Amino acid sequence: MHHILVAQNVSKSYGDFKALSNVSLEIPENKIYGLLGPNGAGKTTFIRIINQIIYPDTGQLIFDGKPLAPEHIATIGYLPEERGLYKSMKVGEQALYLAQLKGLSRTEAKKRLKDWFERFEIGEWWDKKIQELSKGMAQKIQFIVTVLHKPKLLIFDEPFSGFDPINANIIKDEILRLKEEGTSIIFSTHRMESVEELCEYIALIHKSEKILDGKLSEIKNAYKNNVFNVLLQTEEPKNGLLKDSLEKFNILSSSADEGNWSISIQLPSTDTKGVLAELSKYGNVSKFEEVIPSANDIFIKTVNGKEHHG
Amino acid sequence: MDKLGLIVKREYLAKVRNKSFIIMTILSPILIVGMILLIVYLTKVNDGEKRIITVLNESSFFNNEFKPTRGISYVHLRDISLSQAKDSTMTLGYFGLLHIPEGDDMEEVAQSTYLFTKENPNTTVTEGLERLFQKTLRLKRLELLGVSSDEFTGIEKPFVMNLATFDGERSIKGITEIKAFIGGAFGYAIMMFIIIYGGFVMRSVIEEKTSRIIEVIISSVKPFQLMLGKIVGTSLAGLTQFIIWIVSASLLLFLVVLFFGIDLSVLSGETSIAPGPVRSASEFSAIVDEDLLPYTREILNIPWGLLIGSFLIYFILGYLIYSSIYAAIGAAVDNETDTQQFIFPIILPLMLAIYVGFFSVFSNPHGPIAVGFSLFPLTSPIVMLMRLPGGIGEGGVPLWQLLLSIALLIGAFLGIVWLASKIYRVGILMYGKRPTYKELFKWLKY
Repeated sequence: MHHILVAQNVSKSYGDFKALSNVSLEIPENKIYGLLGPNGAGKTTFIRIINQIIYPDTGQLIFDGKPLAPEHIATIGYLPEERGLYKSMKVGEQALYLAQLKGLSRTEAKKRLKDWFERFEIGEWWDKKIQELSKGMAQKIQFIVTVLHKPKLLIFDEPFSGFDPINANIIKDEILRLKEEGTSIIFSTHRMESVEELCEYIALIHKSEKILDGKLSEIKNAYKNNVFNVLLQTEEPKNGLLKDSLEKFNILSSSADEGNWSISIQLPSTDTKGVLAELSKYGNVSKFEEVIPSANDIFIKTVNGKEHHG
Repeated sequence: MDKLGLIVKREYLAKVRNKSFIIMTILSPILIVGMILLIVYLTKVNDGEKRIITVLNESSFFNNEFKPTRGISYVHLRDISLSQAKDSTMTLGYFGLLHIPEGDDMEEVAQSTYLFTKENPNTTVTEGLERLFQKTLRLKRLELLGVSSDEFTGIEKPFVMNLATFDGERSIKGITEIKAFIGGAFGYAIMMFIIIYGGFVMRSVIEEKTSRIIEVIISSVKPFQLMLGKIVGTSLAGLTQFIIWIVSASLLLFLVVLFFGIDLSVLSGETSIAPGPVRSASEFSAIVDEDLLPYTREILNIPWGLLIGSFLIYFILGYLIYSSIYAAIGAAVDNETDTQQFIFPIILPLMLAIYVGFFSVFSNPHGPIAVGFSLFPLTSPIVMLMRLPGGIGEGGVPLWQLLLSIALLIGAFLGIVWLASKIYRVGILMYGKRPTYKELFKWLKY
C-alpha cells in the first residue's frame, strides 16, 4: 500500500517535557486515519510537526515518498483545534488571502470560492465581516479555506467542535466526499463515536508514545475476547436447570424476565458449538452474537492498561 | 517571498482601514492646530486684559515716563487730593493708584511714592514700575556725576563674546544647542514612532492570538515571515499616517494663519517685553542680516545629507529592533493587560536616551556619557542623532564612533530579532497563562 506520510522515530521535547517519544506511523493514502489519544498526549505536537510549524528533535518524515520539505505545505490542508479568523476582515477577502498564502492565484482562488459558496448557499456572506457571523457560520468558512487548495493530505483536529448536529453532518459528508475524490485525511479527536463512523485506520497516542495502530477492523478483532451476548427463551420448569448448567461457563452477566434470558458469556475460545448446543437444550436461542469492542472500549482499555502496568 | 508581500499588504490594509486609525489620522492634525490656536487665543486674552493705573503726580519729576505698555496703561489725575484720587480710582474700578508726592529732591520723592491697589499686584506690574523709576533715577544720578544721557546710552551698549574654533572658524553662541535640538527632533521622532507603532505591532500579534487565527496562518507561512510582514506592514501604515499628519497639519496651520491673520509670534513671548525704542522694519531686517546670517549659515552647514542618511539607518534598524521586541511580547501574552510588566523595560532605554540626550548631549555633545550612549545599541538611534548635526571628524563625531555605533546596532539588530523571533515562534502557540521571564528564557531553547 502507498503511504501519504511515514513518520520514523519522531521525538520532540520542550525543555524537560517530552511531547513525543519515538513515534513511528504509517498513514495510508486515500484513507481516513484517526489519530486518537487523551488531551495532552502529543497529537497536536505531531500534527504541528507534519505542518512544519515545529520541527522534530530526532526522526524523520516522508511525505508522498520524499522527505517532508517546505514545498509540501501547499499540498497539506490543516484545520487546527485552536482555530479562528480575523474578526474585522471581510469573509471573501479573508478567504482569498488565506488561499493565496497556500499558493493559489487570486483568480483561481476566487473561482473555487464561488463554487464552494454556492454549494453551501452562503454567497451573501462574501462582504460580511467575520464578527457579524455566528460561530457555526465562521466554522464553515474556516472549513472551506482549509480544503480550498485541494491538498493531498488534509488534517482535521477536532473538526466537529463548534458545529451543531446538522452542520456537523454537512461537514462529515464533505469529508467523506473529499476522501472519495482521493484525498488522504488525518482525523484527530478524542470523541470516539465519530471515529467509528469515519476512520478506517487509527493510531492511539498516549503520554507521548504510540501505543496502538493499524486497521480499525483488525484492531477490533484483536481486542475481541470471545464474549457473546445471548437471548434465550425458556419454559418455566427448565429455569432451575439452566441456572445449574450456566455454572459451567464464565457468565459475565445474566438477567431473566419471565423466561426471557439475556446472558453475556465469555468462552475460552472462538469455538461456540458446545455452548450453543448446551443452551439449545433449555429453550429457543433468539440471538447469539459476538461482542466486538467499540473504539471507545479499546481506547479506555489500552489507556488504562498503560496507566496500571506502566 | 511573494507571501511576505501578501502579509505586508494585508497588515497595511487592515491598519489603514481600521476606523480608529482613520479617525486618529484625520483628527490629530485638527487637534494639533486647534491646540495651537487655543494657546494663541489664550495668550491674547491674557495680554488683552489691560490694567489701568491712575497716576497722581504732585512732583515735578517722572512726568514723561508713563507710556502705555502691552499690559498697563496710565491715566493722569491732576489737581485733586490723594483721598479723592483713591476714591475715584476705586469707583472707576481701575487697577491701582500711583501716588508720587510733592518734593524737591527726586530721590526723596521716589522713596515716598506709593502704589495703592485693591489686591496685591503681581510682580510683572511692580517690576515694570520699579524698572521705570530706576531708569530715571539712574540717569539723574549719573547726571550728578557729570554723565550725559547720550554718554550713558554709549555705556549701556552690551558686550558680546567673540567665539572661534582653533582653526579660526568663527563660531556662534548657542549653535551647539540649536544643532543638538535639530538632532534631538530626529531622535524624538524615532522614539515616538517606536512607541506608537511598536504598540500597534504588539496589539496586532495579540489579536491574532486571541482570534486563534495564528495557527492557520503559520501552517502556510513561517512565523518569522509573519512577524516581519506584520512589522513592515504596520510601519508603512505608520509612515502613511505620519506623512498625512505633517502635510495636513502644516497646510491647516498655513490656511488658518492666512485666513484669520493670527500672529503666531505671540507664542515666542519675546515681543511683549522688547525693551528700548521700537525698531523700524528696515532696521529690523538689517539686524536680521547682521545677527542671524551666521546662524543661517551654520544651519545650512549642518551636514544634512549625513544627518538624513544616518537618520534612515538608525530609524530603520532601531525601529526593527524595538518592534520585534514588541512582537515577541505580544506573542508571549494572551491579552493587553498582561503586557505592562514587559513593556516598561523597553520604554526605559528610550526614555533614558531622550533624557540623557537633553541633559548631557546638549551641553557636551562629545563627552563620555554622550559617547557611551551613542554607542549602546538600544539608545544610539536617539543619542547619536543628537550628536551628528556637529558633523563628522574634526569638531564633530569621530568617524570610528559612528561606524562602531552602526556596527553595534546591526549586531544588536541581528541578535535581538533572532531572539525575539524565537520567543515569538513559541509564544504564539501558547495559551492560557502569563509567562514569567524565566519561562521566556526557556522558550529560547525550544
